[in-house]
Amino acid sequence: MEIYFWAFVVGGLICVIGQLLLDVGKFTPAHVMSILVVSGAILDGLGLYEPLIDFAGAGATVPITSFGNALVHGALAEAQQVGIIGILTGIFEVTSAGISAAIIFGFLAALLFKPKG
Amino acid sequence: MLHGHQTWVFPNKPSIVSTATVGGPFEAEGPLAEDFDLLHGDLWLGQDSYEKAEKKMLEEACEMAIQKAGLQKQDIQFFLSGDLMNQIISSSFAARTLAVPYLGLYGACSSSMESLTLGCLIVDSGSGNYVLCGTSSHNAAAEKQYRYPTEYGSQKPPTAQWTVTGAGVALLSSKGEGPRVTSATIGRVVDMGVTDPFNMGSAMAPAAVDTITAHFRDLRISPQDYDLIATGDLGRVGHRIAGDLLKKHGLEIPEDRFTDCGILIYSKDQPVVLAGGSGCGCSATVTYGHILNRVKKGELKKVLIVATGALLSPLSYQQKESIPCVAHAVSIEFNH
Amino acid sequence: MSNKKKKKLTPVQQQYHSFSKAREPQRPVLLNVIRAFLAGGTICLLGQFIQDFFLWNFNFTEKTAGDPTVAVLILLSVILTASGVYDHIAQWAGAGTAVPVTGFANSIASAAIEHRSEGFVLGVGASMFQLAGSVIVFGVFAAFVVVLIKTTLALLGGS
Repeated sequence: MEIYFWAFVVGGLICVIGQLLLDVGKFTPAHVMSILVVSGAILDGLGLYEPLIDFAGAGATVPITSFGNALVHGALAEAQQVGIIGILTGIFEVTSAGISAAIIFGFLAALLFKPKG
Repeated sequence: MLHGHQTWVFPNKPSIVSTATVGGPFEAEGPLAEDFDLLHGDLWLGQDSYEKAEKKMLEEACEMAIQKAGLQKQDIQFFLSGDLMNQIISSSFAARTLAVPYLGLYGACSSSMESLTLGCLIVDSGSGNYVLCGTSSHNAAAEKQYRYPTEYGSQKPPTAQWTVTGAGVALLSSKGEGPRVTSATIGRVVDMGVTDPFNMGSAMAPAAVDTITAHFRDLRISPQDYDLIATGDLGRVGHRIAGDLLKKHGLEIPEDRFTDCGILIYSKDQPVVLAGGSGCGCSATVTYGHILNRVKKGELKKVLIVATGALLSPLSYQQKESIPCVAHAVSIEFNH
Repeated sequence: MSNKKKKKLTPVQQQYHSFSKAREPQRPVLLNVIRAFLAGGTICLLGQFIQDFFLWNFNFTEKTAGDPTVAVLILLSVILTASGVYDHIAQWAGAGTAVPVTGFANSIASAAIEHRSEGFVLGVGASMFQLAGSVIVFGVFAAFVVVLIKTTLALLGGS
């Protein structure tokens, strides 16, 4: 099952880019995540991210770069259907699961847990 | 009495009649655990926020120091205190509980010696009989305010330090038995352009060097006059830089008598502390506990404590400012 | 970026920077990179298994199986964050845990849990996105610009 190998390698390599940005570029984690998400958006604009997903599976969908990709996808699909206003209405369509899950589970955690320090 | 440019000599030599130190779980696992008056097993102290826990620690330390001296709250003239929380709420709220006339200070991690210096000026000039000087810090409260939420998965570099969860208080008086404060050098703010809040040691070392140099210059003495010179919280990284910087400026302190509270308070088996301890509570608990215990036993006769503080705020960092630092030095001696 | 900062320093400050740099322990870059690769690869591999699980056992297609996968990974991250384990793993893994969606979830959960002491509205609600907010803002804005450029080019190309 080739895809398992490539999921591991490609996912690992995207993290390596992140690590280099942290250690060599001396960026903060928030800066690094923002750079990666914007990169994902640009790559999808260039039509390069979808082939990466076909090739590496979760190695491309799990890193935060795929968030940028998904945002572009949602906006693009909607814009092609309803015109330019679709950019605004379609952006969160594909990413809704991720953001909703993070908010809901995060809030539940705050309800049930105290920080451990 | 002013000596030189920035040093006060106290002719009446105020006495530290009692001290109290409180610590948290990490400090309890460190090599100086025996020198603490009270150690807590968790960071909450039964309160529902870290900030309230820090205030409680400072209150406990104040009450213990007063009790140890055989006094009551009403006997204390003034309470001088500072801490790392925004608007120094730990000190102010502890002052509310104490109901003693209060002067709040901010010197970041140099607060311990800042409060001791001013307290000595008050006692030495006959402006107060009993003055309580204290400070505190709390690891989780400081991380939450200055850096990231405590459960956030950011990777700390090897130069990062661990804020001490602790409160240290000293009670000064013009009469009574105890180690005596002989002089204090007030530091200038020094900024060498260091911008990384995970590298405080490197930011603070120049301020420590500046104050130490001023101290020896103003009093015309040398490092050999002290049995121990301890910086507040430079950590392993900053302490080494300070030592080398002093050597470069022609002032060499023998290695066996130059140490740092941030290095002393934790052991090598506590890897999460990285470069060592930091925070107001660091210099306070190590000085008022471990170091003064050694002084009282007669192991050390004259010590110089140089507390160092990094005067940044989370906002200044976001606005791309560098980290200005300050260091205050106080000399304490005890002749049996 | 660091050179721009250096230019604003005086000669004495620059001298101090070289002096202190020589005496500071450097970040173990190679070690961190290896750890990030291993941790990140493992999380993505786990994601692949989870995705296949949803694909074979439920009515998801290749396209839609990504959603529950991400949700499961987020749930795992939140549980690890809440139990106080995540930050210790992250100290080892660095970008390996921060770059996958687990990092996103951890930033939200840790901020939410931490600020409970300020209440649910002003604490949890307001501070939840203090770390993840920039990812969402920049992601959305970048997507907006990219799609705007693409649709404009398509319109121009078409006419």
